[in-house]
Amino acid sequence: MTDPGGGRAASIPLLGRDPEPTVFELSQPGRRAWSFRTTGVPEWPAEELVGEEDLAAAVPLPELCERDLVGHFTRLTHRQYSVDLGAYPLGSCTMKYNPKVCDDVADLVGLSQVHPAAPARLTQGWMALLAHLDGQLCAITGMAATSLQPPAGAAGELTGLLLMRAWHRDQGRAPTKVLIPDSAHGTNPASVTLGGYRTVTLPSDRRGCVDLDALRRELDGDVAGIMLTNPNTLGLFEEDIAEIAELVHGVGGLVYYDGANLNAILGVTRPGDMGFDIVHLNLHKTFAVPHGGGGPGAGPVAVTEQLAPYLPGPRPVAGADGAYVWDTPRRSIGRVHSWHGNALALARAYAYISANGGDGLRRVAEGAVLNANWLRRRLHGIYDIPYDRPNMHEFVASTTSLKKSDGLRAVDVAKRLLEEGFHAPTVYFPLIVDEALMIEPTETETLQTLEALAQALERIASSPAGAREAPRTTPVGRVDEARAARTLVPTWDTRPADG
Amino acid sequence: MGHFVPHTDDEIAEMLAFVGLSSIDDLFAAVPAALQLVPSSRAGGSARHLDLDDGLSEPDVLAAARRLAAANITGDDLVCFAGGGAYDHEVPAAVPRLAFRSEFVTAYTPYQPEVAQGVLQALFEYQTMIARLTGVAVANASLYDGASACVEAVNLAVAAAGRSLVWVSQGVNPAWRATMRTFAAGTGHDLVELPLAGGTTALPAGGDPAAVLVQYPNYLGCLEDLGAARAAADRAGAMLLVAFDPVAAGLLRSPGSQGADVVVGEGQPFGTPLSFGGPYLGLFACRQEHVRRLPGRLVGETVDVVGRKAYVTTLRTREQDIRREKASSNVCTNQTLIAICCAVDLAWLGTSGLRELALRCARGTRYTKEALLAIDGVEPLAARPVVREFAVRLPVAADVVVDRMAEEGFLAGVTLDEEYDGGGLLVAVTERRTRAEIDSYVAAMEKVVR
Repeated sequence: MTDPGGGRAASIPLLGRDPEPTVFELSQPGRRAWSFRTTGVPEWPAEELVGEEDLAAAVPLPELCERDLVGHFTRLTHRQYSVDLGAYPLGSCTMKYNPKVCDDVADLVGLSQVHPAAPARLTQGWMALLAHLDGQLCAITGMAATSLQPPAGAAGELTGLLLMRAWHRDQGRAPTKVLIPDSAHGTNPASVTLGGYRTVTLPSDRRGCVDLDALRRELDGDVAGIMLTNPNTLGLFEEDIAEIAELVHGVGGLVYYDGANLNAILGVTRPGDMGFDIVHLNLHKTFAVPHGGGGPGAGPVAVTEQLAPYLPGPRPVAGADGAYVWDTPRRSIGRVHSWHGNALALARAYAYISANGGDGLRRVAEGAVLNANWLRRRLHGIYDIPYDRPNMHEFVASTTSLKKSDGLRAVDVAKRLLEEGFHAPTVYFPLIVDEALMIEPTETETLQTLEALAQALERIASSPAGAREAPRTTPVGRVDEARAARTLVPTWDTRPADG
Repeated sequence: MGHFVPHTDDEIAEMLAFVGLSSIDDLFAAVPAALQLVPSSRAGGSARHLDLDDGLSEPDVLAAARRLAAANITGDDLVCFAGGGAYDHEVPAAVPRLAFRSEFVTAYTPYQPEVAQGVLQALFEYQTMIARLTGVAVANASLYDGASACVEAVNLAVAAAGRSLVWVSQGVNPAWRATMRTFAAGTGHDLVELPLAGGTTALPAGGDPAAVLVQYPNYLGCLEDLGAARAAADRAGAMLLVAFDPVAAGLLRSPGSQGADVVVGEGQPFGTPLSFGGPYLGLFACRQEHVRRLPGRLVGETVDVVGRKAYVTTLRTREQDIRREKASSNVCTNQTLIAICCAVDLAWLGTSGLRELALRCARGTRYTKEALLAIDGVEPLAARPVVREFAVRLPVAADVVVDRMAEEGFLAGVTLDEEYDGGGLLVAVTERRTRAEIDSYVAAMEKVVR
């Protein structure tokens, strides 16, 4: 049996600076926090419930009193940056503030305590909420119908590609390639492969947008579709989007919208107006569902009328009498989730959209784009701005010149910024910009916060000495990632003997 | 109401002047006019605009959500005997109080480990506890749900074997199998279902699959013979993939100790309420030799520049943002917060609590099963031993029974499709069910099947 713990550690408040012992080291055999209901059910011993050949000894887990359990996880939170603590100018991730009313909605007993297999007539409130959200997302994207099942953006992408596949099959076609710009997120080509297609990378032109000539060269009957983010990952609007859509449609392909950057165009324009056929949304970016340290998110997929019969099912739809029923579309690709998607995340997005309304969402886009343009202009002359023209919700800066003059790399700026009390921007992405710093301030940061961020970035650029040693004020210093991969310790039980 | 954007009118004017624009609409000059919407407030009804209801104040949002919530039947209204992959377990007070602290809830993916040690260490502890439960060496930092964990297990096995035939037991949750079929349309994997015979999987003697996937206990609650499944896999040189029930694991030998290569499951029972099906938690663990094919994120222990213990996401070269089209999985955002809920709950349970939880489920299940089977016309759907869930055949159609039982105050169970010996009812009994509740449930059942 594995040692369940060590019982060597004490529980002392450390305010984030000193290492927190693992929960295993805080364990003392015989201690407990658990407490179960008194049931009156006969107390048969394990041997009378499970046959000898299947019965095992108890699994070793940490044994703590509730007081130490609470102390431990509370101290861990003191070693963690978050949106509620400060600004997160993380490009492409849309780390906006998450309004607390959405948490209250997700906590409602009438939403959180509902079994997903309960009969439809007992879950009409949930089904109405999902149907309303479907309608809101259709209005925002200019699409006809939505599947709320995909639990994350990448799951939405793959769902979209499978919709593409099913559509072509019914057209009697079997194209093999999907076009993706070189500035795309990594999930796009990974999803293309899992969707059974081949990625063909399109170069960007000098302006940072899709190179139309390169696109034309790739267009033939073998094109299943194109995946685009608009605005793209440089924060630039693809002005030729209508022409791109027309060209791809011209060879029988479909046009896919990666919704990662939808925040920039809420209420301003819609993917449907631009000619897109399939849209996935990241509710954890655009619609303020908190990121949870890396999920749960939600990645609904919205489609045009012609693709609606292929959506995953079952979906909640209103019947003739106004009651909601579960319906699986006629040509559905099938399920993409165990149940109905990340329902409580969907409820948060519903609350956020309802709070904003149409005008409010447009103000979100205006704020996001204004903040990003202000910050780009503010950093002009301090960092390189490779595509220095009006941007949308984010922009890409670079330390190419500072690297030449002072050895300052993008990663050093990122780590120095942590010392300054800000989260780092996205670095080394998109791949087409050298020493990239991809900055998305979002609409929820004030002008004063933006100025403080700009001043921090200015200080870093003007006194680059010591940047390679940063961060020095964080709970730990620069982490040895190479060692983590070389000497893999993925669990407390696999740590080296002297650990 | 748009009250989430902080700028005053003066600030907006100042910022526009700074960037050299005269109006807020100029921000969108790059968007061709033909594609632009008119702001709703200026649309005057007919012009193309974002057609949504007006924004609501905070109390009105909450009131609207409360109205919808009131139209659902919850565990407070109906005593829950439904399972089938979503279970009505106790969520201890400590779980939401800790896991829903805003430092965890509003953090991003830990790409900057120096300011993300809280999430990273919690995930490291989660991975350790899941590895112990599954009995294999390495667990990842979570996948979306039970279904996605099955999909990724098959992807791993097919990539390792270089052949695409996979045997999938009919004892695997039907929704998970349906999801696997959906994604197989893209990967081209050839999923062949193995029927159940008398409640457990009928394993073929010959064949050349890359993997065999069984559920333990299976969808009908029956214990599969993992030794036989391992032997069948060995005959074909295939991997054994096991979808396990992490609660029953408090009593049962781990899948890893019985030869599983990959162990997956649904982690909702540990600290996550029913939530209408999500967000839940995909558990994924494998033997050490498959770690380089592990989907999703993995946290490892290391040190910082001055030798202090630190955690970081590792073996990053497997992942989509680096491997792009060559990545074996596209997973990026996963279910970190739910994994933290799970870690807090498992630590709250501890060694003795998990055992006690599993025991209490097994006792309630036995008590309920014996009483239900004493009713005239109620028969077991499968004769094999069960732990925390069981299937019965009823003299009345199961969906009718569920409807009638709702009138009596019970969510009676999950209806089983025709594929399971003509259908029936799947009944789950958690540690929350008292003897009085079970007795009333059985009495009501006696009435409705009469």
